[in-house]
Amino acid sequence: MQKVRVRLAGREHALEASVDPTGSSLMYEGVQQNIEELQYDTVVSGTVYGTLLNFKGALAKMGEEVYQDPYKKPPEAPVLYIKPRNTLTSHNRPVPLPEGSDTLQAGPTLGVVIGRTASKVQKEHALDYVLGYTVVNDVTVPHESVFRPAVKHRARDGFCPIGPWIVEKDCLGSPDDLTIRCWVNGRLVQENTTRSLVRNVRQLIADVTEFMTLNEGDTLLVGVAEDPPLIKAGDRVRIHVEGVGILENAVVPEAELSAVKGGRS
Amino acid sequence: MKKARVVYAGAVHEAFEASDGLLKLQDGRIVNENDVQWLTPFEPRTVFALGLNYADHASELAFNAPEEPLVFLKGPNTFVGHRGESERPDGVTFMHYECELAVVIGRTARNVKKEDAYDVVAGYTIANDYAFRDLLENYYRPNLRVKNRDYCTPLGPWFTDAEDVDDPMNLQLRTYVNGELTQEGTTANMIFDIPGLIEYLSSFMTLGEGDVILTGTPKGTVNVEPGDEVVTEIEGLGRLTSTVTGKKVTAGE
Repeated sequence: MQKVRVRLAGREHALEASVDPTGSSLMYEGVQQNIEELQYDTVVSGTVYGTLLNFKGALAKMGEEVYQDPYKKPPEAPVLYIKPRNTLTSHNRPVPLPEGSDTLQAGPTLGVVIGRTASKVQKEHALDYVLGYTVVNDVTVPHESVFRPAVKHRARDGFCPIGPWIVEKDCLGSPDDLTIRCWVNGRLVQENTTRSLVRNVRQLIADVTEFMTLNEGDTLLVGVAEDPPLIKAGDRVRIHVEGVGILENAVVPEAELSAVKGGRS
Repeated sequence: MKKARVVYAGAVHEAFEASDGLLKLQDGRIVNENDVQWLTPFEPRTVFALGLNYADHASELAFNAPEEPLVFLKGPNTFVGHRGESERPDGVTFMHYECELAVVIGRTARNVKKEDAYDVVAGYTIANDYAFRDLLENYYRPNLRVKNRDYCTPLGPWFTDAEDVDDPMNLQLRTYVNGELTQEGTTANMIFDIPGLIEYLSSFMTLGEGDVILTGTPKGTVNVEPGDEVVTEIEGLGRLTSTVTGKKVTAGE
């Protein structure tokens, strides 16, 4: 049994639940339900921070470029960006494909959910500040240059599916050797592990909280590995983080989604 | 109307302007403004900030004016109220203030056209978007280590209703360091104006109530040191005071 925090659709608050060992049913408030028969809302409540170039392979892919203009040298501090409120969505909800785009880039990653105020935390104590872990798809419009902030690429509506739940820290052991796998339409397209991080979870928390406080409910994404899959309308993206869960979302053209929304109002 | 959030006698209150140096709390009590702690006038949701949105500031930093708005985001940890403190980290050789008009969004908005943009604006306040040039790196620049440090974005003192600001694109901005005028400009010189920014942002994402756009700063950003008092002022909106803290380093050390 795994202890999780989950926010069921329509509920104001997250609730504590447990997932059976096969990962197929959720038990909460004395009832047992098939996981795929439930609808979920975004379980994280705070600010979501993404980390750029935190997989060794992703950094290596830049090659000599990091020494050239406009970058001039490799990054020294963690390079963060914000996935704002409008991007947050949950398991089984559509990822909108913006009009005028035909391809997006999926961003399979581990989300570290903060459990208490973390400021200038030392590496050895970093995990004391963690509530648990979740699965995240940090979607972006593909972009070559990482010189300027990529708000237009990364901060679009529905570009950050998270969930379905937060697995409590104690159920997981170490976050330093978790396999992250991504399938598109059933085909395995990316596989990596948190062993390959430039900064592991502890180091990342220490280096980030050196200059900014992370609050309860804030979520730090550990980064996306090299060669993330490109996705198109109709694709189903399934991400599994070992010991944490499975997050699945389909890419749906934005126009189709607003048609549905218009029909409801 | 101008509205603030203050702490007085152990509780958070809404406060309004009364006569000189006095505030009126929402329960009618009149208090001296020196007896309150000023919070940010509201809790900001998604906060956008603009880089290089005044041509004179862009050239001051040796950059060409951007062809598309240079936007970055800020988290809630970085905001601090009027009369707050912002820390200059040890070892930094250049910290500068940035006096900016902050536009507060009043409702959910997507695909807003320029001509309708002011319909979604609830009001305005002042921001001081401090920067630390030494900490800039060339990845998603300016990055959060420069622009999202704790308590390094003073915001306030007041939220001013949009209807009380006749022309937000024609306001004088001034910054004073220890009483001396060091920065002066006008919002008329923004490269991307408020309607243009709202159209741009809402063209790719949904804006919501409480979102804020910090619209950039004009020329005149000079270095500030621990102990300096920095006042960023915008015509009709008020004066936002901030104190720089940190370890004082004497020249030559």
